[in-house]
Amino acid sequence: MRVSLKWLREFVDIEVSPEELAEQLTLAGLAVEAIHCPGKEIQQVFTGRIVKIEPHPNADKLVVCRVSLGAGEPLQIVTGAPNVAEGQVVALAVEGARLNGGLIIKKAKFRGVESSGMLCSWQELGFDAKYIPADQVHGIMVLPPDTPAGMDVKPLLGLDDVILELEVTPNRGDCLSMAGIAREVAAIFNRPFRFPRPQVAELAKNIAGLTQVDILNPELCGRYVARLFTNVRLRPSPLWMQERLRAAGVRPISNIVDITNYVMMELGQPLHAFDFDTLREGRIIVRTAKEGEALVSLDGVTRQLTREMLVIADTAAPVAIAGVMGGLETEVTEKTVNVLLESAHFNPLSIRRTSKALGLRSEASARFEKGVDREGCLLAAARAAQLLGQIQAGDVLTGVVDNYPSRREPVKILLRPARVNYVLGTELATEEISATLTRLHFEVNNAGEELLINVPSYRNDVHQEIDLIEEVARLHGYNKIPGTLPCGVNTLGIRAREGMIADRVKEILVGCGLTEVVTFSFVNPGVFDQFNLPAQSKLREVVKLQNPLSEEHSVMRTWLLPGLVEVLRRNFNRRVMTGAVFEIGRVFYPRANELPEEPLKLAAAGMGEIAGGWNVPGLPVDYYFLKGVLETLQAQIGVNFSFTPEREHPAFHPGRTARVASGEEDLGILGEIHPDVLEKLELPLRVVAFELDFGKIIALAQERKEYEPLPRFPAVQRDLALLVPRNVPAQVVGEIIKQAGGPLLRSVTLFDVYEGEQVKKGFRSLAFSLKFLAGDRTLTVEEVASCIENIAAELVQKAGAEIRGEKIG
Amino acid sequence: MILEQSLRRMAEEARMALERAKSLEEINEIRIRYLGKKGELTRILRGMGAVPPDQRPRVGQAANEVREAIEAAIAARTAAVKEKIKQVRLIEEAIDITLPGTKFGLGHLHPLTQVRRQIENIFLGLGFEIVEGPEVELDYYNFEALNIPKDHPARDMQDTFFVSEEILLRTHTSPVQVRTMERMAGRIPVKVIAPGKVYRRDDDATHSPMFHQVEGLAIDTRITFGDLKGVLQTFAAEMFGPSTRTRFRPSFFPFTEPSAEVDISCVMCGGRGCRVCSYSGWLEILGCGSVHPRVLEMSGYNSEEVTGFAFGMGIERITMLKYGIDDLRLFFDNDLRFLEQF
Repeated sequence: MRVSLKWLREFVDIEVSPEELAEQLTLAGLAVEAIHCPGKEIQQVFTGRIVKIEPHPNADKLVVCRVSLGAGEPLQIVTGAPNVAEGQVVALAVEGARLNGGLIIKKAKFRGVESSGMLCSWQELGFDAKYIPADQVHGIMVLPPDTPAGMDVKPLLGLDDVILELEVTPNRGDCLSMAGIAREVAAIFNRPFRFPRPQVAELAKNIAGLTQVDILNPELCGRYVARLFTNVRLRPSPLWMQERLRAAGVRPISNIVDITNYVMMELGQPLHAFDFDTLREGRIIVRTAKEGEALVSLDGVTRQLTREMLVIADTAAPVAIAGVMGGLETEVTEKTVNVLLESAHFNPLSIRRTSKALGLRSEASARFEKGVDREGCLLAAARAAQLLGQIQAGDVLTGVVDNYPSRREPVKILLRPARVNYVLGTELATEEISATLTRLHFEVNNAGEELLINVPSYRNDVHQEIDLIEEVARLHGYNKIPGTLPCGVNTLGIRAREGMIADRVKEILVGCGLTEVVTFSFVNPGVFDQFNLPAQSKLREVVKLQNPLSEEHSVMRTWLLPGLVEVLRRNFNRRVMTGAVFEIGRVFYPRANELPEEPLKLAAAGMGEIAGGWNVPGLPVDYYFLKGVLETLQAQIGVNFSFTPEREHPAFHPGRTARVASGEEDLGILGEIHPDVLEKLELPLRVVAFELDFGKIIALAQERKEYEPLPRFPAVQRDLALLVPRNVPAQVVGEIIKQAGGPLLRSVTLFDVYEGEQVKKGFRSLAFSLKFLAGDRTLTVEEVASCIENIAAELVQKAGAEIRGEKIG
Repeated sequence: MILEQSLRRMAEEARMALERAKSLEEINEIRIRYLGKKGELTRILRGMGAVPPDQRPRVGQAANEVREAIEAAIAARTAAVKEKIKQVRLIEEAIDITLPGTKFGLGHLHPLTQVRRQIENIFLGLGFEIVEGPEVELDYYNFEALNIPKDHPARDMQDTFFVSEEILLRTHTSPVQVRTMERMAGRIPVKVIAPGKVYRRDDDATHSPMFHQVEGLAIDTRITFGDLKGVLQTFAAEMFGPSTRTRFRPSFFPFTEPSAEVDISCVMCGGRGCRVCSYSGWLEILGCGSVHPRVLEMSGYNSEEVTGFAFGMGIERITMLKYGIDDLRLFFDNDLRFLEQF
């Protein structure tokens, strides 16, 4: 909210700088986001009356004006403004003046005619485009004709003002007004608050009998105050009022509308002015809308109303959406003679629902939905009536209609000073607490050890003791409360097992060269087609967002892989050709009548080649790279992975993919992404990836490690080279060796694979390194030889292998 | 006498030969030539027969002395040559130590993970336990049990993604407060932090539809607003350095009262005012407050007997301040050139 210091000063004396004021307001909970000094740069600009206009002798588009500053000779000013006319009062920047943006005005000749200054536009004085009257957008600023010449425009236009931009929290509806802020300022600085007491000059004619207000839904409209104005003369409001409205961010419209806005900004009570003669039978009926009713609101839009919406109606039809916006039909116009002024109180929830349902928010609805002071309706109506007379916009009939069916119950709260100190950790004396609340206009009565607090009617955010404790803390100053550490029973700061394993796994993956990424949990439903998933795939059962930001982010992910592949693609498009990334995150499986299941997944994807150096070759990011990552992982966290061929998964290369399991438990998939998928993604590199159920891995992880004594006798190593038919998997060969090797064979390591010219067709060469060890003796050459013989025989028989050679490793 | 002269001459010859010897091979040749089976010494001693028997012991002793002298000279020369060879080898073996070392190609942890761990470690040290909660959450836990009923204006502060009328993507980690209180069923003390993803329907340079928060909750018999201040001051000093100042400003959250927003002195300018802190000298880092009595009551605690505090901070915000990152979107863009900087 924008707060003019000039306006604020009507209610409270301010003795500090705007910066200090902003700081203190911020520390009291009204965060000042900016301080504006709109006329900071403007100097030497005065009101001037155009006495005479003559054509420019040498230019068709220029004219020569004589502008009077009141006293002294009129100045000669050349201007090209299209809207200039004799008799106008304008803003004249004289020689030496400064304008918005730092422009300095000097005497100058325009096509041979001297000009002693410049007529200013709104823009040149720094006004925002939204405040400029339509007929003055392309020309100079024209001031009301009764404005005296020779005045400094800065005070006149509010250019000497300072505006604070405040952020008011949603609980403080009472601060959405100048008076509300002034009350806070008065409390903060312990200064008197000047309560507004408007004096209304009324005609002899009485409102009684001229109108009638009926409230059919008192739970939605607690109070309705009406006043009648007559002899209304619609015209622009005076400069001072316009200036205040602009300072508050409101565009001036006409004197009647400006009065309602002025009072709303000043006191926080939204008002509405009806053209009284357009109300059928001159009556106001506050009721909910009937099925099928509609209303053209002031902005010209036809609004379909529902039975939940509260409207102001006459005897025939709705004329306004209560608390949200008036109707076009009953709008105040130049023809208006009589005005009915509404100052009412509406149910915040109802206003909020209506405004949400209609997608229509106004300054009024924003205030009503945060709660307006229903005790303030009369005051606001009186203030409007006073202003009407003051600016000679019309006359006020005697009396008001005040229909007040739902009176406010006084709010009285017992406050225990000991509790204040208990909650805050302070040692405030009762008198201090009492004085603090009194400054905020709470009525404080002593009740033994305790204080009985009567809450002011506008503080609808204060209902219970804790609310008062906050008020005390806020005004006392949060920064005066000493910081302490909690005493009491010590607690153990522990990381849960899941978190520890996840952290460990991340370290290992980073150690393997993978980089962690974080992708959005919502994805494009199109990814399922992109990744070739069949129509019946479980992964297509998604948690859908009702109100996504876009289709691209409209369903919750059911797997991580598409996100990771997208990361690779994006990097590839930015010429980053190598990448190995991983993510640990949740996916979401819908469940009927329940929150979705949120299993934790671990996925990785990679492409390209991890660069080597001048002394080591590069490392291709391929199937074996990621398999190696998983094998490294299993040794570190104590889970055994097994890999079996997976030829069916439509997103993966049928010949380069494995299911990953641990014992009976399926964990996920590892493999190369199917070339069809990559083609759709326009990613011309091979991409390899895995996605595993991380929750299961955590459950399987075996942190317990048992020490095995070091061998006391030397191991014997033998290398065995074999020719094996190409279709026999290396794992099978390894298993045969292990089986046949017996208990002395401690480890089998494949160290070379070769197929090519020296190997006969349909075969490949595999070389294993075998380690034999006995716990109780040094093995003899014969023992080892017998083992090898056994192994060789089994390999020949079971794998169709040929032994190429054996050597002592 | 002649024999002894011969021996001395031979010794002198051997010494000179050794002085000239440059390699171990040459030394070996010298050894063979003088001390070998068919060497000079043997040859000279063959003339022993001509020596009168009474002189033989003296000549024999002289021969031994000569042998020992030559052997010592050989040993000395061998050591010298070996040292020389080693010196040459060391010079020849010099490498270009300016060539880069072997690459190990480590990956990188996401900066958000790194900062989340730092935050966790600080609170672990203060005795907080780490807990988690679901990201798709019931309206009840996300709003209602936090004193934000339907149609409450405070719901406007957090634009929400809905799955159904009652199910939504959590807009903050605060529902974990409620779940923790329910799980603890009135037991104290409660001291937890809950890191995790949260979602809001916002997308621009300063808002991401998904981001991360860390929630904190403490409940005990004597927890004060002062304790909240102390804990968060400790956190700020650990996270941003001991000279960091904090400022607590009153604010509004429906589930805490009194509520506060916490600013730290600007990490860039130290509080003098700069572009990063909009010339205020302060940076907002988190929201917090004493747990609202109604929230305690709704979750089964007696608000007269226990009090508590809660706080919530954005991990992105803290990460941006720590590393001087100026665009929130970089965190989820996952450009490797960005991630590899951490």
